[in-house]
Amino acid sequence: MVEFTLPKNSKITEGKTWPHAEKAGEETAFRIYRWNPDDGQNPRVDTYYVDRNDCGPMVLDALIWIKNNIDPTLTFRRSCREGVCGSCAMNIDGTNTLACTKAIDDSKAPVKIYPLPHQPVVKDLVPDLKNFYAQYASIEPWLHTTTATPEKEWKQSHEDRAKLDGMYECILCACCSTSCPSYWWNSDRYLGPAALLQANRWVQDSRDEATGERLDNLEDPFRLYRCHTILNCSKACPKGLNPAKEIAQLKKAMVDRQL
Amino acid sequence: MIGQHPNEMRTPMRRVRGLGPAHTGTGHFWHQRVTSAAGVLLSIALIVIAIALLGRSHAAAVQILASPLVAILMLLFIVNSAYHMWIGMQEIILDYVHEDKAKLFSLLANTFFCFAVAFASAFAILKLSFGV
Repeated sequence: MVEFTLPKNSKITEGKTWPHAEKAGEETAFRIYRWNPDDGQNPRVDTYYVDRNDCGPMVLDALIWIKNNIDPTLTFRRSCREGVCGSCAMNIDGTNTLACTKAIDDSKAPVKIYPLPHQPVVKDLVPDLKNFYAQYASIEPWLHTTTATPEKEWKQSHEDRAKLDGMYECILCACCSTSCPSYWWNSDRYLGPAALLQANRWVQDSRDEATGERLDNLEDPFRLYRCHTILNCSKACPKGLNPAKEIAQLKKAMVDRQL
Repeated sequence: MIGQHPNEMRTPMRRVRGLGPAHTGTGHFWHQRVTSAAGVLLSIALIVIAIALLGRSHAAAVQILASPLVAILMLLFIVNSAYHMWIGMQEIILDYVHEDKAKLFSLLANTFFCFAVAFASAFAILKLSFGV
């Protein structure tokens, strides 16, 4: 059955309030989820005070500031710090988003930060995305052709190329999939909005010759049809994409080939 | 949830591919939308019929319900609604019930219930129509 409460070892307890920095100017409080796989303790929520005069404007800047100045054990993923890599996806102020493109001032203080929902946690803000990546790999996100490879390139009209707009920009940060209740309950069988958006990216690609096989692979009550157009995915996407629309396009293709 | 999977030695790809695609799902998806559209029209008919029945004596009500057009609309409403209800409930069960036995039991109960409601309702209309 669906889990309406957290398992006993995942129940969150009140954590430590870390001391204010010396000579701090204006401060913002951060409440951050902490869990260490090695100490046998339940997860806790620690409170930190960030000196805004010494810290950049984004939530990721604050996390890095905390790690450098208060608590070096705070664990999170980050890389590009400009919304291109998708590493710093986390739940900030109740919404899945990228810490690097979310301004501290756009969240209510204290800023509450948790890992992406309903994924196993590796440590602190780092979720285990093995299943998510396997789902992406399962849709075979590369060009499938049987025609001999042309000498120069596979040609595509400007109109056909435009059909990939709104899909090629996806950075696979997992904000959408982990915001989806259908994905929470059925992530073992439902592919989730990110993998389905990517599936549609290849179904819509005019150069791909395996459209039918791609649709066959999704023709399943769980893989595709657990989507009930809840739209959390579109609301969460930090790149402003609309996975729900792409899933609808897949369902339309499924119906089109039957009528 | 993947963290609780009984065999952690299986690769994530093995788990994601599972038993492969069922090659079904679009039928129910499409039928659910068709029965929704039909349901809008048939519900309007049902409301009109229900208003016509208000305040009538038993004999007058029987006469209205037994007329061919009304009876056919009512039968269509029953079959359409029962099918729509069956698919809808099945979707909910697939969403929320994961344990094998509980799932099988819920799916069977849903099917039996929808058939029973549809046949009982249809029988009532037919009995009135044919006056037996």
